[in-house]
Amino acid sequence: MSAVPPMVPAAPAMSDVFFSLTLALMLLAPMAIAGVALINTGLGRSRSAAQAMLGNLALIAVAIIVFAFIGAFFTGTLGSAEIVVHAGGKTWSVLGLGPFLLRGLGAAAAQAQLAVLFEFLSVAMLVLLPWGSGADRWRLAAGCGSAAVLAAIVFPLAAHWIWAGGWLASLGANLSVGAGFLDVGGAATVHVIGGMSALVVIWIAGPRRGKFPKEGLSTAMPGHNATYVLFGCLLALVGWLAWNMAGAIVWFHAPLSALPGTAINTLLSASGALAATFSVTRFRFGKPDASLCANGWLAGLVASSACAAFASPVASLFVGGVAGVFTPLLVEVLELALSIDDPTGAITVHGAAGLWGLIAAGFLAPQAGQLLAQLIGIAALLGFFFPLIYLLFALLNRFVPFRVDPDGERMGMDLHEIGGGAYPEFVIHRDESYR
Amino acid sequence: MKYAGLLVMPAGFFLTLAALALFPDSGRRFGFVLCGLAVEVLGLVVAVRGHMLPRGGSQP
Repeated sequence: MSAVPPMVPAAPAMSDVFFSLTLALMLLAPMAIAGVALINTGLGRSRSAAQAMLGNLALIAVAIIVFAFIGAFFTGTLGSAEIVVHAGGKTWSVLGLGPFLLRGLGAAAAQAQLAVLFEFLSVAMLVLLPWGSGADRWRLAAGCGSAAVLAAIVFPLAAHWIWAGGWLASLGANLSVGAGFLDVGGAATVHVIGGMSALVVIWIAGPRRGKFPKEGLSTAMPGHNATYVLFGCLLALVGWLAWNMAGAIVWFHAPLSALPGTAINTLLSASGALAATFSVTRFRFGKPDASLCANGWLAGLVASSACAAFASPVASLFVGGVAGVFTPLLVEVLELALSIDDPTGAITVHGAAGLWGLIAAGFLAPQAGQLLAQLIGIAALLGFFFPLIYLLFALLNRFVPFRVDPDGERMGMDLHEIGGGAYPEFVIHRDESYR
Repeated sequence: MKYAGLLVMPAGFFLTLAALALFPDSGRRFGFVLCGLAVEVLGLVVAVRGHMLPRGGSQP
């Protein structure tokens, strides 16, 4: 193992017009974050709504600051050096060593500056995904702690391996395995890692009080505001269109002519997913289910993050359709069969749909051998990042307990954690009213 | 059970890495990577079962 200058091949020079367009797209991308924040809040209970929304903001703030101070250094996108391992006659980059505190950002190449901005947006999105799954029982301080851990350790490692010239990105150059692991819009670095984090949080914090009674089926605890959730989906669409196009430019070096196709594929994937979830829930329950349809829509967007940049429109519709079929079924299996209390469905929507998108990218990418590259990347996500996240969160839980105390949960997170409710004029329901 | 599955998952990852280092041809490499993934899925299943709550429990 040794520290050497970066091996990342130079990105093609970017014209001013192209730079401006990409920057404008990235300024629209936070709409996706706003959409996810609204969905997180709407799918929780009314007595925790203010804490959920404040948590969305606080987690983003913590993640951005920690990433600027620590994470960006290890991501190594600005690349002053990197830690490499020599194996099989090849050199594999395992950790980036960038300049401290983003020094030299202004003087870096336009492409590198945009890549760093994309990483900031990605880490902000990532930390929100487990936050929704811990709704109604995950303490704000612990949520901020988890955001710091994700932004300082987990995301930088993943972003370096996948985006910034790390060993997964170099699979193509080193071993002729496709074009290396492809993750154009953050399906792996953001969504799969976010979904896995959500599962770990649920395991550590446990289910909401009364969710799984001693007898009978699990208690239904519907989200308190379907309008927030569905409007969040619309906001997410705007952000996702920009996100996927910006990702295609930054990580896939897509030309201008490829961008309308990327946007259309994103739309088709989301639409296919919604149509599929709508049909499945209508068939199973007699009426379409609003929150599951929202989950399906989002699952289609997540799946598109992996492959919208190079798939055909028909393939995108298929990818979204498959995500839309398995989303409501998996949500049901996780809750009813496996006793996993995931209020926002992040494990399915972000974790499973992200994995599906990455596999689909292996079939749809034009390079030969791409499926193998995608499977190797998925093996790294499941076999390395999942246990790492569990270990880090379990350690964090020792110092900052994840779960609120029983009195706090009974009272509601709003009153307990921030001293005031989101809807002070509303009557708050007791747990028994859900039965 | 809770932690056994989580310990098995990295074993699958190392199997995948070994496939990259040991096999030059894509066929055997593909097979070993699939085996690595299967080991990871097995570990995940064990971890999920280990974390399943007895009915009526609210905390792990």
